Amino acid sequence: MTDVALAQLSDRLFVVTVLLYALSMLAFAGEQAARRSRRVAEATAAGMSLREAAAARTRAMAGAGGPTAYARAPEPAPPAPAVRGSRAGALGLLLAVGGVVVHVGSVVTRGMAADRTPWGNMYEFSSMVALMAVTIFLALVATGRVDRALGAFVMVPAVLYLGLAGTVLYTAAGPLVPALDSYWIKIHVFAAILSSGAFLLSGVVALLYLLRVRHDDQLAAGGTPRFPVSMGAALPAAQALDRVSYAVIAFAFPVWTFAIIAGAIWAEAAWGRYWGWDPKETWSFITWVLYAGYLHARATAGWKGTKAAWIGVAAAGALVIDYYVVNIFVVGLHSYGS
Amino acid sequence: MTSTAGPTADPTVDPTAGRSADPTVDPDTGPTGEPTADEATRLSTAPAPRSAPRASLTAPVRQAWRQLVSMRTALLLLFLLALASVPGSFLPQRTLNPVEVSTWFADHPTLAPLLDRLSMFDVFASPWFAAIYLLLFVSLIGCLSSRLRLHARALVSAPPEVPRVLSRLPAHDRWSADVPSAQVLADARRALRRSRWRVVTAEVPGGGHALSAEKGYLRETGNLLFHVSLVVLLVGIAMGGLFGFKGTVLVKEGDGFANTVFAYDDLSPGRRFDAERLVPFSFVLDDFAATYAEDGKALTFLARLRVSDSFDEPTRPYELRVNHPLEVDGAKTYLLGHGYAPKVVVTDVEGNRLEQTVVCLPQGTTFLSTCTIKVPDAAGEQLAFEGVFTPTTVQDPETGRVTSVYPAPENPALTVLGYRGDIGLDDGRPQSVYSLDDRSRLEPISDGSSPITPVKLAEGQTWQLPGGGSLTFVETTEWATFQVTQDPGKLVALAASAGMVVGLCLSLFVRRRRLWLRAVPQVGGEAPGRTVIEAGGLARTGPEAFDAEFAALVERLRPAGPVREPARPVEENA
Repeated sequence: MTDVALAQLSDRLFVVTVLLYALSMLAFAGEQAARRSRRVAEATAAGMSLREAAAARTRAMAGAGGPTAYARAPEPAPPAPAVRGSRAGALGLLLAVGGVVVHVGSVVTRGMAADRTPWGNMYEFSSMVALMAVTIFLALVATGRVDRALGAFVMVPAVLYLGLAGTVLYTAAGPLVPALDSYWIKIHVFAAILSSGAFLLSGVVALLYLLRVRHDDQLAAGGTPRFPVSMGAALPAAQALDRVSYAVIAFAFPVWTFAIIAGAIWAEAAWGRYWGWDPKETWSFITWVLYAGYLHARATAGWKGTKAAWIGVAAAGALVIDYYVVNIFVVGLHSYGS
Repeated sequence: MTSTAGPTADPTVDPTAGRSADPTVDPDTGPTGEPTADEATRLSTAPAPRSAPRASLTAPVRQAWRQLVSMRTALLLLFLLALASVPGSFLPQRTLNPVEVSTWFADHPTLAPLLDRLSMFDVFASPWFAAIYLLLFVSLIGCLSSRLRLHARALVSAPPEVPRVLSRLPAHDRWSADVPSAQVLADARRALRRSRWRVVTAEVPGGGHALSAEKGYLRETGNLLFHVSLVVLLVGIAMGGLFGFKGTVLVKEGDGFANTVFAYDDLSPGRRFDAERLVPFSFVLDDFAATYAEDGKALTFLARLRVSDSFDEPTRPYELRVNHPLEVDGAKTYLLGHGYAPKVVVTDVEGNRLEQTVVCLPQGTTFLSTCTIKVPDAAGEQLAFEGVFTPTTVQDPETGRVTSVYPAPENPALTVLGYRGDIGLDDGRPQSVYSLDDRSRLEPISDGSSPITPVKLAEGQTWQLPGGGSLTFVETTEWATFQVTQDPGKLVALAASAGMVVGLCLSLFVRRRRLWLRAVPQVGGEAPGRTVIEAGGLARTGPEAFDAEFAALVERLRPAGPVREPARPVEENA
């Protein structure tokens, strides 16, 4: 196949990927909705209002901090299979996995078309970050650590990232600028992509955690959560969300640290200094400091829980600034291919 | 680092308790004020909060010090550091782009001096930025010193004694066996030692044996390694800042460079840099070549050098590329930029040939470059020329304006206006070589037509100047700028970085856990004559993984065919 044909194939696969992810998002959303309506039905059948049912769950969970400090809170029982919900969820999973396969195809054909590592400009970088976020999510689902229905939310930034990549940031397959022509692009940029994908995922989960906590708080206070807080009802327990968000950050933080260090080594070879407070370096540093703050906050009384989660969200925000705002609006040494 | 939440922290004052009161995920916080929260179940080496200090003169100082090394202060300083970095990325910085700073000053004449007084254009060298990170590091070192001491003590001391009530622990099991208690524990000890647990055994008063085991000390070791590495990194950066050196120099094709202070166009030595430390080397730039894609994007840059590792005649050839600096004894030479230098010959009214290679400054991606030619040695009146060099020249047929459409020299031209008179070099005031600063005593060279139009010369063409003399554009050559750096702190910083990554991975992925066994011979009760063994375990992180590990350990310790008793009383799970 010629390079031009490969590049066209890559672009087509990219479009298919976005479609599959979007469809999987809808399927997962269907599962969420089915669960919620089933919970209403169950609660009605048990003669309880939805609010009381949720409050009962919350009470059961709050018991964790109570008399038996060492005993972990029992995980809320997995919802009994509801035919409609589980079918939608399985379909969502199938679509997401299919999306990842097609996505990988798009990345590989792009690399072949340009005859280089397929993450050399913003379009390719965004595509890879979304791929990593979805892949890590699916890996967590496969190992039973995450509720697959979270896919309804995880797919949102993935689709947004890809949408932005395919429209605003799109760059035709082509060679790299000389400064990027180094084996460090494989190491530094890939580490940045991997950790960015994970951070993006953790940011989504942290937001869901905050949503769930607000939902539980409103119920505990005797209120009726309204949209969007009401979506919290179908989410996993707050603690479970918090733990997933932490686990993903704990994985991504050393990778991000390594990415920065690899970048410094590359900068030393390319520009004659390992650190120069270039805007990109500055925002990578800010992101790093915020995630370091998150990890410390989780171990500090008065900061764990929602405060730590907000730090995690802020850190993910810094990452987005590091990536989009710095590349597009600030002129620096990292202004490539936009 | 230092957690103010010690083992006695009251869960009722923690507003978030109950929501995230998952004790298994907090690496540094002890269990929260429970009956069994004794020294044994603290898995953290974070210093316990001290009792209130006695009133004395030093009390406020100690109070301030405790505040500074507390986790809350450290967190606050971390966020301040992040916040303080923000203006440095949105406002132009002098160290990065002095030209942009001047432009900013010109655009915001009232705001800029105000911001400048706040060091907003030198954020990362500002006193307030330094104050934040120095305070953070003082806090870190203060905290580290006590944690290092505690961890060192933990490393040499035995795992803590068996808690009284093992059934309160998150992992717990109970069974009985037909083996004497001493034998049970000897077997357990061997099995645990094989899996690299640290084990101590003791006799239980009133008969029986007990065992305490601990594993995962590397977690805290990694944590400390990471934070010590941060301090070392700062030392490495400081070494570079004090003893390092950076200089840039522009070299034309065919010219040479010798690494001496005077050879540089621009020099930024560290505060303690000694010119004696400049590595003696020299090179000649034989050729510079750049290649471009169809759309004008640069593909490759290559500077062919002849290098000498001393000041002697350059000998060894070196191909300097982006990402492949030249290294001589720790001094690294990088390719920084490039441009065109048309070679011209000027003849004056007396017919003297004056040859020059003119460095032209590129103004954009197509390398339209501005050139200034000064001929102070021309006989009679001095000569000067000003104009543009265009590597791939296109001329508008109507207006006569020239532009460049491609960065490579496919159709180079030099388009200039000429001047005659006094350039103003002789009055002692410094002038830029790249512009005519003083035109007051210069007259444009004109053939009488009005308006005066610039003259376009292709390679080899000559402009016979009205009034005598000529200007010939001989050929196109190139120049390159090089940056030479010496950073003695670089390797220290690299080693510290490696330490950070290793330390991080250890502190995030190693799980610290404790295990206790108690084997007591049963006198009466449910299993008379048998030994009842009780096991309990505790892990602060990765509870799921620990549950599996605990179950596997118990499976291995329990002899075949025992009478197994319920793992946990039912009410424990409520």
